[in-house]
Amino acid sequence: MQRDSIANTFVVAGLLCGVCSLMVSGAAVGLRSTQQTNKELDKKRNVLVVAGLIGPKERPSEAETNEKFRQIEVKVVDLRDKGNARYAIDVDVATFDQRKAAKDPEHSKELGQDEDVANIKRREHYATVYRIMDGDRLDQIVLPIKGYGLWSILYGFVSIDSDLVTIRGIGFYEHGETPGLGGEVDNQKWKDLWKNGKKAFDEKGDVSIEVIKGVVSANAKNPEHQVDGLSGATFTSNGVTNMLKYWLGPDGFGPYLNRLRRERGD
Amino acid sequence: MTKPKEALLNPLFNNNPIALQVLGICSALAVTTKVETSFIMCVAVTLVTAFSNAGVALIRNQIPNSIRIIVQMTIIASLVIVVDQILQAYAFEASKEMSVFVGLIITNCIVMGRAEGFAMKNDVKLSFLDGIGNGLGYSLILMGVGVFRELFGSGKLFGFEIFTLSTEGGWYVPNGLMLLPPSAFFLIGLFIWALRTLKPEQVEQG
Repeated sequence: MQRDSIANTFVVAGLLCGVCSLMVSGAAVGLRSTQQTNKELDKKRNVLVVAGLIGPKERPSEAETNEKFRQIEVKVVDLRDKGNARYAIDVDVATFDQRKAAKDPEHSKELGQDEDVANIKRREHYATVYRIMDGDRLDQIVLPIKGYGLWSILYGFVSIDSDLVTIRGIGFYEHGETPGLGGEVDNQKWKDLWKNGKKAFDEKGDVSIEVIKGVVSANAKNPEHQVDGLSGATFTSNGVTNMLKYWLGPDGFGPYLNRLRRERGD
Repeated sequence: MTKPKEALLNPLFNNNPIALQVLGICSALAVTTKVETSFIMCVAVTLVTAFSNAGVALIRNQIPNSIRIIVQMTIIASLVIVVDQILQAYAFEASKEMSVFVGLIITNCIVMGRAEGFAMKNDVKLSFLDGIGNGLGYSLILMGVGVFRELFGSGKLFGFEIFTLSTEGGWYVPNGLMLLPPSAFFLIGLFIWALRTLKPEQVEQG
């Protein structure tokens, strides 16, 4: 067969595609379970770090991570249920992928311009919450948050104390902000500021935490509602404020936190 | 005829893919903020170049001329996907940080350039060595840039603290430019300058 003949062109193209697709699908299928484990572990680690159960630089093994995770109750909350924010019963907690759901028109709603405080376009119907238990008692609750900064959507978690007002920690596991400026949301010193008993809600129960410009002054009226801004990163700082306003507010986890308050009896 | 040793070592200084041919600049900007990601990128590119060269050389006498570029592309793309999958399985955190840039090895001109320029005309062994050599030439620059950027941009090397940053109570005020892509341009420019001063025959006649 001539090398440049039409028949040979088809034969070479066909054989090559066959061999290459075998190679690619072999790698994808063969490695899928390891990749899946990696993804789950990564997420669990992020939750544990925000909850302060492991240090930010610790890399516990799979077994250790799962062991620590045993004190965490994972639930899926129905965000559409403004009254009670019931736990969803038709969703498998283990396999529920909130980020996938946010992109699926069937499992999310489009946000109008005035609703979309965090600038995320769509909000999923269900959201995962991580209840960190101390025996039978709720110790803190880790909630997923996301919102637009300057260049990218920041994905992270915020942890709320069992008093349902105080913030215990915040952290982002994925973002594309400018390194050295907005990227400093990953700076441990800044994240530590969120551990000084900042209050997410005011007396009326409205979300009132704010990343301000500059440093919180000692004689500010309510310093517990303010966090130092990231210098040179006003947009990212505002992004963090907005996403907390949205996700802790009535369209996010507000109803859920309210239900927990009622259940506690106040 | 190229000798095996030349195929392997020439791309390091005499015919460096970044410094002399000015190929593969895109990824050299993107992944060099840290030494660790630079290193993984280097290993990935070296492996892909070597095996795509070997693959192309193996079937070079069968490839019809009319579809040779797409054949090379297919081989390269498949190898890149395999590398990406392996990274996701065994170097998850690094692969998360590098995100799309592993996939973008497909468009790295070095890989394609070597397949078309070398592997189509040489045997499997020589092409494989040429791929390794060019990968190492690329790595040389990438690692150099990575060391500079991480050291002066974040005061660290391989994630270990060398200079304590002022934001963490130390003395070193980091150079923010080093963390941004343009700094890689300056560093590569300086490197090319140094190399061409040492080897004046590389200077282009303008």
